[in-house]
Amino acid sequence: MANALTFPTREPHQAFRLSMLLNDSRYRSYTIQIFVLMCLMLGIAWLADNTVRNLALLGKDFSFSFLWSTAGYDINQRLIAYDTQMTHGRAALVGLLNTVVLAVLSCVLATIIGVIAGVLRLSGNPIVARLMTVYVELFRNIPLLLWILVFGAIMSEAVPAPNAFKGENATASMIFGAVAITNRGVFIPEPLFARDLGTLNLGIVEPSLNALVILLVVIGCVLVNRALMRRASQVQSQTGIRPATWWKSAIILAAPPLLLLWAFGFYLGYPELRGFNFQGGLQLRNSLIAMWLGLSIYTGAFIAENVRAGILAISRGQTEAAHALGLRPGKTMRLVILPQALRVIVPPLISQYLNITKNTSLGLAVGYMDLRSTLGGITINQTGRELEGMLLIMLIYLSLSLIISGSMNVYNARVGLKER
Amino acid sequence: MIDRNPAFVRGEMLPAREPPAGETGLLKLLRESFFKDWLSALLTVTSLIVLIWIVRSVSPWLIDSVWNANSLSECRQILGGAEGACFAVIRDRWTQLLFGFYPPTQYWRPVLAFALMLLAMAPILFPPVPRRLLWFSAAFPGLAYWLIWGGTLWLPVSAYAGLAVGAIVLRLATRLGSGVAIGLALAGALVWWFFASGAVTTALGQLLPLSLAPVTSREMGGFLLSIVIGVTGISLSLPLGIVLALGRRSKMPLVKTLSVVFIEFIRGVPLITLLFTASLLLNYFLPPGTTFDLILRVIIMVTLFATAYMAEVIRGGLAALPRGQYEAAEALGLDYWKAQRLVIMPQALKISIPGIVNSFIGLFKDTTLVVFIGLLDPIALSNSIRATTDWQGIYWELFIFIGGLFFIFCFSMSRYSMHLERRLKTEHR
Repeated sequence: MANALTFPTREPHQAFRLSMLLNDSRYRSYTIQIFVLMCLMLGIAWLADNTVRNLALLGKDFSFSFLWSTAGYDINQRLIAYDTQMTHGRAALVGLLNTVVLAVLSCVLATIIGVIAGVLRLSGNPIVARLMTVYVELFRNIPLLLWILVFGAIMSEAVPAPNAFKGENATASMIFGAVAITNRGVFIPEPLFARDLGTLNLGIVEPSLNALVILLVVIGCVLVNRALMRRASQVQSQTGIRPATWWKSAIILAAPPLLLLWAFGFYLGYPELRGFNFQGGLQLRNSLIAMWLGLSIYTGAFIAENVRAGILAISRGQTEAAHALGLRPGKTMRLVILPQALRVIVPPLISQYLNITKNTSLGLAVGYMDLRSTLGGITINQTGRELEGMLLIMLIYLSLSLIISGSMNVYNARVGLKER
Repeated sequence: MIDRNPAFVRGEMLPAREPPAGETGLLKLLRESFFKDWLSALLTVTSLIVLIWIVRSVSPWLIDSVWNANSLSECRQILGGAEGACFAVIRDRWTQLLFGFYPPTQYWRPVLAFALMLLAMAPILFPPVPRRLLWFSAAFPGLAYWLIWGGTLWLPVSAYAGLAVGAIVLRLATRLGSGVAIGLALAGALVWWFFASGAVTTALGQLLPLSLAPVTSREMGGFLLSIVIGVTGISLSLPLGIVLALGRRSKMPLVKTLSVVFIEFIRGVPLITLLFTASLLLNYFLPPGTTFDLILRVIIMVTLFATAYMAEVIRGGLAALPRGQYEAAEALGLDYWKAQRLVIMPQALKISIPGIVNSFIGLFKDTTLVVFIGLLDPIALSNSIRATTDWQGIYWELFIFIGGLFFIFCFSMSRYSMHLERRLKTEHR
């Protein structure tokens, strides 16, 4: 037995045997990977072969040229110029913009609803807390599609028709004389300019020059304000006294845009009842409103849970420590609690934003003309290009998802824990 | 100095005085919880107003509801201009909402399958139930398939026989090393399924014809369809999700890349596009002339979709586990699969219970999306009920019924997960 207890000083040199491919952990991973690779390539070849044979059988080819042929169908909500004589590609772009607008609007509203509901659910007031619990459970446990249909039904069934606004004894009235909620859509005032600079022709889109100039000025103001804040912080760290900035930033942020609006002759175009429907103003169609409310209130319930979890994750000691340092409740929240809670809240928030973007594809249920209804619906039906159309749609949604998760990950890295 | 002869010494204690009126009972409760500051007071008043408004606008509608009528116009006649719900539509059509166009004489079959499902789930969900019932849980999928789709009993039996063949081969070939044995067992089962199974089924069918009237997938609908898709997707997505999560954390670059690409692709596209792929495109990818059941295609797609989300949830649980656990398992000399089975997975799955159940609930809710590819889920049926002349223009009653049933299923799932978390909690806090 003494021999068994002596250890070889060097690893014994073993000749390579075939069984080591399976039994030796040094080689086994290569075996597995080569096997997987072979299976994968066989699978891809099989699928590709089937596709080629099926396409040949149907007498179809694989090309995206249908994107340049005339679409011939109308889209009721368009952010860029479009008519029935334009191409399928243009129709897809209109649909994509509708998807993006709906996603952005819903993300904003869902965040607002979610933060309010999440904070209120933690409040010490039993009525409010219970009410918010009911809201969260009700919306989380019933399918989104049903909620979208419910909001669609509310907009088409439970809301007055435009002619209810008519006459001396009208049964409905406009809110503040500016917003009309009717079963043909919500009419809101429209921003108009007396002095129009015209549009900028970029080939595909033609944005209004007025809007562009205002956007640039607002961005400039924000940048200047940031510089001001940075300077104030510098002064504070050098002298210990923070110079008063609130009136300076108020002027910087508000004055130039307001002056610009005045220079452009900004006014609001109010909707007016003419004949059987409202004219003027912006019409938000029922499909948009139903999708917007459905998506935001549904996702808001999920965001509320994330916010609640984020706030609960911060231990009470943090608040006490901040108070011990002499910070007031407002500053405690802003400087101590919120930055830590955000770290917990932001990652699930990103996936909620992704969910909203993907769920905009339910627009079909209420007739919202998004990417899936234009490119993935009417275009595919008209041209019979299912394969190309679905591939394109998947690619577009995939890149939208990657853009959102990429940009939110950048933000997440900024608020994230800075570890050594 | 102490006074030796005090003028007065209190013999007994005075009874405690009542606290001030504002500091006790209802008044204090009211002030502290409802009117602590102006914000709280504002919230209380607002929510009371909202509550009263909801009750006042909904209660007459519910109280005056009509349960006995054959059409919406009859309902309106009975109500005579008053506001009232017409739940007669539920009374008239509830079987359709539950079963779709399943033959009414055969309703006992899905009902029995549902009852057996509860029985089969019991040993998995609740530990006091005898373990021996797990054998029934294993047999349940085949039984449910036979009950719901009908046909001969020997089809699921011979499918199970394939599994048995695999198990026997595995037992016999264990000496050759685990990898070889698993490969041989798979090959044995596949040989059985492809070459022997059909002949055995027909032979046994002629010998002992145990069969139910076949029901086609086209006839299925309503909550039957939702539950079939949902339950199958749920029970398949968990094991597949575990495999995929392990794949994503694998040290083998190829396996890892494949898992990442699969997960990110599935998570990046909406479920609808995958369902459309199932209904429109699958014919392109399969050999010319192949057709198979639309419900099966949908189940495959829904399962793939849920698997990707499940994999991410479980990966979260794996990442949350301290490294020491992995090292301890290795130090004990456990190999990869044993370490996963005995040390890593029990803890990782416990951490990810809330996420797992959330994705179950999400999957069950997502079964409603099959309406877009023409399957008759409850929402599609509610549309078709609304399209009949009898019930044209009826919305809320149907929404309440469908939403209520979904709520019951999903809410009980989330409550069970909370119960499970409490049961498995081992930390001492």
